Amino acid sequence: MPIRSAQDLVLVRQAVRTWSAELKFSLVEQTKMVTAASELARNTLDYGRGGHVTLEMLQEGLRKGLRLSFEDKGPGIPDIDLALRDGYTSGGGMGLGLGGARRLVNEFDIVSKVGEGTRVTVTRWK
Amino acid sequence: MERIPILRMGRVLLVTIQVDMHDQLAVTLQDDLTAKIVETGAGGVLIDISSLEVVDSFIGRILGNIATMSRVLDAQTVVVGMQPAVAITLVELGMSLPGIRTALNVEKGMTLLQASMDADEVVLEVADASLED
Ligand SMILES: Nc1ncnc2c1ncn2[C@@H]1O[C@H](COP(=O)(O)OP(=O)(O)O)[C@@H](O)[C@H]1O
Ligand SMILES: [Mg+2]
Repeated sequence: MPIRSAQDLVLVRQAVRTWSAELKFSLVEQTKMVTAASELARNTLDYGRGGHVTLEMLQEGLRKGLRLSFEDKGPGIPDIDLALRDGYTSGGGMGLGLGGARRLVNEFDIVSKVGEGTRVTVTRWK
Repeated sequence: MERIPILRMGRVLLVTIQVDMHDQLAVTLQDDLTAKIVETGAGGVLIDISSLEVVDSFIGRILGNIATMSRVLDAQTVVVGMQPAVAITLVELGMSLPGIRTALNVEKGMTLLQASMDADEVVLEVADASLED
């Protein structure tokens, strides 16, 4: 799904909600996943100059999960540890998006290269 | 442009957020509320978020801004009806919504606002009385 406008953020939240419900995530699990998606999608838009997200349903034995991968070809993150720190923002945000999203999911992975772009992948298992 | 309606009930402005707000809608609400507090001299703002299924750090910041601005304009803000799943998520996100008073529902929020507006008036009256002395 494209992330190019504030309206796309609404569509991403809706899609993640639908997929989480389909996987029979509890209401709290759904809310956590949608909130994490909202934070990461906004970063893709605001800092990554837009990009896209890929949604993927996972099945590992009896375990089911939802994986979201946010990708942009923006400026990249020079210092990932700093970016993950609560309260750090290079814009006018609260600085809770990356750190908060990491707490709201089971698996969190971030790959970023200055001048090339950023990919943040999050997974939540049922 | 799409807008969230602001109702006036006596000295209180009542806002019910019923949609997944896109960013501009939230920013517009913040501006509209500020203008409305000034225009009506409202003493309280009640924001009902019981239909809101997601509050991320952006919306949290807007709610905080509204509370701060209304305080500057001598009005109190109470946010009511936050869904338990939203509250749990906000804590984990790291947003404690500092400075925002919350209540379970509109009725309780109204009671809270009324009480604090009455308290403000008592302080004013005391101030007036001491001026007269
Ligand atoms: N996709 C991205 N591309 C470039 N920089 C990013 C990206 N995502 C996050 N960042 C950087 O990490 C910082 C922290 O992000 P976040 O925790 O979401 O806080 P906020 O969005 O409030 O600034 C941002 O201010 C920005 O500098
Ligand atoms: Mg962010």
